[in-house]
Amino acid sequence: MNATAALSVPRPLAEMPRRKSGRVAAVDWDRLAVPEARRLRELGLDEGVQVELLHQSAFGRGPIACRIGRMTVALRRHVARVIHVTPDAA
Amino acid sequence: MNQAPLVALVGNPNAGKSALFNALTGARQKVGNYPGVTVERHSGRFALDDGRPVELVDLPGAYSLDPSSPDERVTRDVVTGTQAGERLPDALVIVVDAANLDNHLRFTLQLVSLGLPVVVALNMVDLAKRDGLELDAEILSQELGVPVVPTVAVRRRGLDDLKHRLTALLQAGPVVRPGDGVVEDIVTLQRRARAISEKATISETAVRRWTHRLDAVALHPVFGTILLLGLLFVMFQAVFAWSEAPIEWIESGMSALGNVVGGALPDGFFRSLIVDGLIAGVGAVVVFLPQILILFLFILILEASGYMVRAAFLMDRLMASAGLSGRAFIPLLSSFACAVPGIMATRTIDDERDRLTTILIAPLMTCSARLPVYTILIGAFIPTRQVLPGIGLQGLVLFALYIFGIVGAFVAALVLRRTVTKGSSSGFMMEMPKYQWPNVSDVLLGLWQRAVIFLKRAGTTIALTTVVLWALLSFPKPPTGSDVSPVDYSIAGRIGHQIEKVVAPIGFNRDISLALLPTMAAREVAVAAIATIYSIDNPDQDSGEHRLVDQLRSRWSLPTALAYLMWFVFAPQCISTIAITRRETNGWRWPAFMVGYLFVLAYIAAGATYWVARAIGL
Repeated sequence: MNATAALSVPRPLAEMPRRKSGRVAAVDWDRLAVPEARRLRELGLDEGVQVELLHQSAFGRGPIACRIGRMTVALRRHVARVIHVTPDAA
Repeated sequence: MNQAPLVALVGNPNAGKSALFNALTGARQKVGNYPGVTVERHSGRFALDDGRPVELVDLPGAYSLDPSSPDERVTRDVVTGTQAGERLPDALVIVVDAANLDNHLRFTLQLVSLGLPVVVALNMVDLAKRDGLELDAEILSQELGVPVVPTVAVRRRGLDDLKHRLTALLQAGPVVRPGDGVVEDIVTLQRRARAISEKATISETAVRRWTHRLDAVALHPVFGTILLLGLLFVMFQAVFAWSEAPIEWIESGMSALGNVVGGALPDGFFRSLIVDGLIAGVGAVVVFLPQILILFLFILILEASGYMVRAAFLMDRLMASAGLSGRAFIPLLSSFACAVPGIMATRTIDDERDRLTTILIAPLMTCSARLPVYTILIGAFIPTRQVLPGIGLQGLVLFALYIFGIVGAFVAALVLRRTVTKGSSSGFMMEMPKYQWPNVSDVLLGLWQRAVIFLKRAGTTIALTTVVLWALLSFPKPPTGSDVSPVDYSIAGRIGHQIEKVVAPIGFNRDISLALLPTMAAREVAVAAIATIYSIDNPDQDSGEHRLVDQLRSRWSLPTALAYLMWFVFAPQCISTIAITRRETNGWRWPAFMVGYLFVLAYIAAGATYWVARAIGL
């Protein structure tokens, strides 16, 4: 447990290594516009859900593609920044 | 009278609802509009096992009963029996994506709790299997308390079973399930959905999903962009190359028809009405069809294969800087060919404000109809001088006109997004569907529907206004022996003289003012209209393009010509675009606004050009 503790510090989804899955630890819902937050919930994002960063576009500035559960979802970067993910232990 | 039972297809976006709708109803479909909103109503008929007809209505995809768009509001109102112009359905077919159960079941749970007779179509079980997911429909059925049928709508599988279940449901009549009321809390629902989905999952192996492998290329910042540009290049080549011949057939067919009819009728009011008004008006509509169909062939295939969202993904960054979403890219690009199919293509934008903004700026993309006008004016007034080796001044001016349009659109979008279409949108947040082969008959059906919508709705408006324009240009006739030209004497001519007072400050002369009204029919008419005015003015001179160029040079100053070019970049001189905007926004409010702001923009831009050109002594 202790050995992986450093690795399992939650970090924003936008900064996760690609193809590294993890669990959503927290979401700063307040930092999203109301329709954004709702659409995100409707797409199945919630604390505890398995997510994984899949693709980045436009050299770190455009939207990202991620897996939420079994679904692939495109999000803008500012949204991916408020989703905090605990990486799975290797 | 005993009406056919109404069954509503309902489910999340990307669950394959429309494919199931096509599979069940085939070509027996009707596309209408719900009253007061821009939402399309797709309905069709099919027969139950016992031969009874059923009316099936395909509701817009939604995520929950808590609507965030006009489309989703219609879905909620129909299933709760509160939608104007629609009765409460006798049964629901809930379509869920087998590979996305935990998410789609949330909405299913809400729908089931409404208490209507329900059958669930567990759709796309083949794709789920491809992804290594095996489900038990029986367990799912027990958990939900409603029948569940595995289907593959695009391959027409599972339909008999579905009809069978539906027949049983409708024969049984209204059922009363122990309803626990509609649960509103999305988190609670989601957790229940996940629990059910886990129970119904037999095995889940992590197969390398080849959608991800394709995406590694399609979404790559470099290769993905190259792929997109390549696809767009092919698409636009096709829009122009494939449509050339059919457009020629339509034009020659229409003029042959005009000649035959014209020859058969005596000269006079009636012949002019039929030939110059009606046949020309219908021709003006039909001539758009080849380009619309080719463009939509590509759009439908890109949409059905799952690629469209990827294109939007790549372009979102660029479009976001104008306050739009990546989804606006293809419609705006299409508008370079013609704004009419471009505006029709905005239906793929699900956010209403983004869509409206895109429609409002689409006419600023330089469409192909502006090219003949640009070419002749640039040819007449811009010297064929080399600015830099290999870069001619004429080409540079043409390029600048395109850029003015794009920059204008960009600025307009930014301003509109902060004023009339203000409000937070859901941004760019969407599911990326799995790749799959498009079904040929689904694509053909889609093309057929676009063609019908265009011909019926926009077509009637376009044909009607063309006839009205003909009447304005033809009446009243000047008395015999009068030296006033028929155009000058007509109502349109008189309006033209009034327009002249308004446009004189921005350097427009009598010829331009007279041509402004006929140009509304179609931009390319501008050249012909001016040529007509000159040939009427000097009937003994031979006509032709060279003569027109000479006439233009001798009669127009350079500032006037530049101002007129600038006017063309912005002015909404196209009845067809206005008509399609009315159709797509379901009212006159937005087309009126569009026409207003674009004319103001055109006036200012042309005026500024004229005044600056004069000031620097051109």
